[in-house]
Amino acid sequence: MAKLPTPAELIQINYQMPSKGWMDLKAEMRPGYYVNAAAPKWMQMIDYPFPRAWNVADEDWQLPEDWKERVLQGMEDRLQRFRSLKLFFDICVRCGACADKCHFFLGTGDPKNMPVLRAELLRSVYRRYFKTAGKLLGELAGARDLTDDVIKEWFYYLYQCTICRRCSVFCPYGIDMAEMTILGRELLASVGINIDWALASVAQCYDKGSHIGATPQAFKDMVDFLAEENERITGITTPCPVNRKGAEILFVVPSGDYFADPGSYTFMGYLLLFKYLDLDFTMSTYAAEGGNFGWFISHEMGKRLNAKIYEEAKRLKVKWILGGECGHMWRVCNQYMPTWWGPIDFLEEPVSPITGTKFENAKVHKMVHISEFTADLFKHGKLKVDPQRNAHIKLTFHDSCNTSRGMGIFEEPRYIINQVLPEGHFFEMPPNTIREKTFCCGSSSGINANENMDIRMLGGLPRANAVKYVHEKYGVNHLGCICALDRATLPTLLQYWVPEVEITGITELVGNALVFDDEIERTTDLRDRPLAGFEEADEEEGAE
Amino acid sequence: MDFFKRHFLVPLIAVLGLIAIAYVGVAANLQFVFGVVIPYLAVLIFFEGLIYRAISWARSPVPFKIPSTCAQVKSLPWIKRDLGDRLDNPENKWWAMGRMALEILAFRSLFRNTRTTLLRDQEKPEDSRLVHWSYKWLWLGALAFHYAFLIVILRHIRFFTQPVPQWVTALAEVDGFVQFYIPTVYITGVLMVLALLYLLARRIYTPNLRYISLAADYFPLLLIISIGITGILMRYFYKVDIAAVKQLAVGLATLKPVVPAGIGSIFYVHLFLVCVLFAYFPFSKLMHAPGVFFSPTRNLPGDNRWNLHVNPWNYPVKFHDYMHQEDEYREAMIEAGIPVEKEK
Repeated sequence: MAKLPTPAELIQINYQMPSKGWMDLKAEMRPGYYVNAAAPKWMQMIDYPFPRAWNVADEDWQLPEDWKERVLQGMEDRLQRFRSLKLFFDICVRCGACADKCHFFLGTGDPKNMPVLRAELLRSVYRRYFKTAGKLLGELAGARDLTDDVIKEWFYYLYQCTICRRCSVFCPYGIDMAEMTILGRELLASVGINIDWALASVAQCYDKGSHIGATPQAFKDMVDFLAEENERITGITTPCPVNRKGAEILFVVPSGDYFADPGSYTFMGYLLLFKYLDLDFTMSTYAAEGGNFGWFISHEMGKRLNAKIYEEAKRLKVKWILGGECGHMWRVCNQYMPTWWGPIDFLEEPVSPITGTKFENAKVHKMVHISEFTADLFKHGKLKVDPQRNAHIKLTFHDSCNTSRGMGIFEEPRYIINQVLPEGHFFEMPPNTIREKTFCCGSSSGINANENMDIRMLGGLPRANAVKYVHEKYGVNHLGCICALDRATLPTLLQYWVPEVEITGITELVGNALVFDDEIERTTDLRDRPLAGFEEADEEEGAE
Repeated sequence: MDFFKRHFLVPLIAVLGLIAIAYVGVAANLQFVFGVVIPYLAVLIFFEGLIYRAISWARSPVPFKIPSTCAQVKSLPWIKRDLGDRLDNPENKWWAMGRMALEILAFRSLFRNTRTTLLRDQEKPEDSRLVHWSYKWLWLGALAFHYAFLIVILRHIRFFTQPVPQWVTALAEVDGFVQFYIPTVYITGVLMVLALLYLLARRIYTPNLRYISLAADYFPLLLIISIGITGILMRYFYKVDIAAVKQLAVGLATLKPVVPAGIGSIFYVHLFLVCVLFAYFPFSKLMHAPGVFFSPTRNLPGDNRWNLHVNPWNYPVKFHDYMHQEDEYREAMIEAGIPVEKEK
């Protein structure tokens, strides 16, 4: 693995356009900028074609003999199935509005990371084989032959896109690079080109239940451990039922929430909240992963992994589903899940058992977002909280790209934040970097591997840069989010660019602040850090 | 020759060539070809091509409802959504139509445009800062061009109608309200050419834009600029016999074509370029105009969770069911106290 340059070195970004035209410029596979090729065993586990051991740095990628026909056939097939693709190929005017909206372009200055050009990488092949002008005029009509260099280029740049959709917000025609990236990755997969990090997660998830490959018993161990942590810190027993039939609610979270810090603190927050409400819920060892890495590589694989949620809701005979803080789980659940499996007549319209609120916005879908659920509780005054327990936190909120541009959740988490933080502890980042214009963490969509650290840090630069701004200006020390991938990737990113800022889920803050009648005296937060006013006590203890 | 030069010079030469063709054609007394045959052909190609392309788009289904949600979604009733939110994340098809209207009439998405600059810190490079400015020039230029072009086209109705509809005359009067020259100068004609020159200049002088631009981007710009300039020349400088032009236009419109004598060549150049634009339109990026109506990220409401969208080609997929897991781990699950379907 190449050594990661220092921030001072990495930020020397060259935005000058190369002297060579983009069609003549081969993609150079720079170490640190790509994820390794998928190991054959993962591909076999999910019946993906052409499993073989190969290396991105190799000259020969051992493509199947008829790779070209396969790719073109795949393209034709998708043009017939997705109006979006046909349209996005035909109507771009290359106005350039998207060019500097991509965090990968801002981070690398590489022209092929301008969304418009990333799309042209695919479009140029479309023109060459599907349009008369391209067939006749070739390069002059923006068309080019499909060669193995083009395939390599697709691989390199389609995996330098995190499907975040920021470009599509600014596009005057709503051209959605995310859609094209997924379809492009499908084409690559059809000739056996996949990335290891994504495929490993997908295969584990498909086979075991979560992308970390935890067995049912290991899953139970982890959630039980977090329940014990709750008991140790708060004195409150927060049981987490698993695979319990007949519960009212099936609770689904991304595996990041129970398997690694700082997501685990968010999970502790969930359990505290549910205990506080005496909520009749269960988790599942089968639907143990809300996150859907399948959708990062293909629509079909997304569906194959997503199947577990409704299947398990049916088997456990719950009434409705509650979903934890997760970005792409919610984008998938919102954009595709009802269409894949609907109508969902084995579940009921979600109603909060505490407030009686009918979640009419989820009446077909039957799944409620934890932020909606919690915001509703606060609105009805059902939660007693002590915001002072979060007084050591100065927070800014990162809108996750998936829940922002693939769903539209902005207000609920902010509402919750204002309930659980002392006044004057919440600061927004600059307006062009939040809400629908939010910047991606730079490592989503299956590329949060270790071997591509350079591109991850560069892709995350615009996000980190805005965090740094509020850190310096207001002393912000925590970045809140409602996304498990953020909680997995942002700590690394901020450690690199703004090491003073930590990542927290929103329900963790709720867990900190919730006041139970029979709790023990709280001197620390869920991370065992002293609360404001208890720092000295902690130091004294340390001195003893 | 490098990429930019090829992609810029070829369309430039093509447009100059087209002008020459019309000029030479008229000199060779082919007025009927350029005044009647080609216009009819161009209009035919335009409509056929347009319909063909629209049908081709419409034949591919919209499998998923994937609007780009650019504001708070409709959720709990007390969560505030103002007018802008409802338009940027429409809750039903009516609001989606509102969103489309805003997109088409006011270029909503382009209005959001920003520019990002890296302000470099020479002393401590890691403190360099990305700054995101609001940037409305592209929006303004695009809006100016499209509206000016629209009004120019509408003004031309006066050539094809007898009598001229009242509103066309009124439109022309408003357009020419600043009277400083004879004949009256229509603001939109000048504005259109200026806006186009701006759009062309930014393409050539902004390095990223120049890098991504293709012949297909320069050709329509140069073509429409030439149409505008020949129109302006004809109206204000090399005056043509306007009565004869009108005779020709009305003849075309009423399908009783006549070719009056004595119309200057510049008119035929203008007309020929317009014909090329018509014929080129359906095969080019200019199809963004009808295309935007089809855009699934803009024309669909964000109501997936309460309004089922059906995918016509939805198909069953292979996945492991729950029993696959239980069969593999039953003993361990029982030992861990996890309820199971079958005890053994």
